[in-house]
Amino acid sequence: MGPKPQVGVLALQGDVDEHLAALERAGARGIAVKTRASLDACEALVVPGGESTTVIRLLDRFALADPVRERVRAGMPLWGTCMGMIVVSRAVAGLDQPTLGLLDVTVRRNAFGRQNDSAEVDLPIPVLGEPAFPAIFIRAPWIESAGQGVEVLATYGEHGVMVRQGNVLGTSFHPELTEDPRIHRYFLGMLAP
Amino acid sequence: MEQKGTLTVKRGLAQMLKGGVIMDVVTPEQAVIAQEAGAVAVMALERIPADIRAAGGVARMSNLELIRSIMDAVTIPVMAKVRIGHIGEAQVLQALGVDFIDESEVLTPADDKFHLAKNDYTTPFVCGARDLGEALRRIAEGAAMIRSKGEAGSGNIVEAVRHMRAIGDGIRELTVAPKEELVARARDLGAPLDLVTYVAENGKLPVVLFCAGGVSTPADASLMMQLGAEGIFVGSGIFKSNDPKAFSKAIVAATTHYDDPKAVVEASLSLGRDAAAMEGIDLRKIPESELLASRGA
Repeated sequence: MGPKPQVGVLALQGDVDEHLAALERAGARGIAVKTRASLDACEALVVPGGESTTVIRLLDRFALADPVRERVRAGMPLWGTCMGMIVVSRAVAGLDQPTLGLLDVTVRRNAFGRQNDSAEVDLPIPVLGEPAFPAIFIRAPWIESAGQGVEVLATYGEHGVMVRQGNVLGTSFHPELTEDPRIHRYFLGMLAP
Repeated sequence: MEQKGTLTVKRGLAQMLKGGVIMDVVTPEQAVIAQEAGAVAVMALERIPADIRAAGGVARMSNLELIRSIMDAVTIPVMAKVRIGHIGEAQVLQALGVDFIDESEVLTPADDKFHLAKNDYTTPFVCGARDLGEALRRIAEGAAMIRSKGEAGSGNIVEAVRHMRAIGDGIRELTVAPKEELVARARDLGAPLDLVTYVAENGKLPVVLFCAGGVSTPADASLMMQLGAEGIFVGSGIFKSNDPKAFSKAIVAATTHYDDPKAVVEASLSLGRDAAAMEGIDLRKIPESELLASRGA
């Protein structure tokens, strides 16, 4: 086995520690990314759960939005969970909210409702096989529409909740809040060998 | 198979707020300012704590029409306060659909002995605490998030520092306590053994811990994050300053980069020469009967 891959977790706000711990369990070294220098040290990047309006503003304020865009366009694997999927998407339905535009989907925020509708769901995900994944949806977004290059890996009800477009992965739910390492491992599998 | 209102989704929302700032607002317009500045949530109130303190009288749950108008104005989570032990107010806020309920000592307590049975609700609760025992009692009742009490509306950080240090010291003491002592420690803390054991083994609370009470400047936010807070509530500190937009943005920036003094300098400089934080109160000048932190234990 080679050295552990260095995987960043954007640490401007959100459940950063949970992702760092989950990455370690899945066999990577997790790095909290708040600055350009720590971004440069990463081979892949996770945008965690949190508040999208907060993080998109801070990405801009701390001059990280363009460096992230450049790295991802050059092939760095990127994964957004919940808020992270909103931040990396192309557009937010019904809202004039800026995004990074790295995943060709329109997302709908708080699509399932407010906090009282947050739920734990056993979600079948074909690429992971059995058993179903313990998906935790918290004020979660769904995929309203997706471009042609986007593969929908899981749906809940009528809508996509896990999608991939090349080196960019998005999930509406929070694998980092579970003990199930399969999606973190799947993401590490997106690193070039 | 879909389960709502589980411990995981209730504690989970608090986890999503980490590293962020939750701001008290009294109008939809203030809520929009808070969201624009980068707040992760707002606390919808009729009056901010400094004004509750000044007004005296009985402080109750806020007007529901006001809370609803704030829920409609922003996309971030909206919290609202209920009086300690007030089952009726709590059920009403849950039915209204707020995202988080603060069972708060800032309002006049409805029950002078008992807090709410918070496990019974779908909506998550946050509660104040002054030390580890109080924090663990609230968690046992079902709190999905803990905040220091501080002395709300005082603009004085000293109580929040005292509470964060007390909670942190309590946690550190348990991590080095021999197993044989844990039952006696649980008795002394007045907290259930399973939670005491969790803290001893993990070195942290099983829920997210924020700071509240007296944060008024970017440096205050940095201080509290360094004392172990995972995020910040700002009550009167923003809308009692002379430039709420600038103060809210600066406190958000300082919370994110709390461990980088240069970034806190940048945030503080962004306030400009005329910046004036809210006027604070020397806590020794508040009569004991008017102290909020000692309500509910």
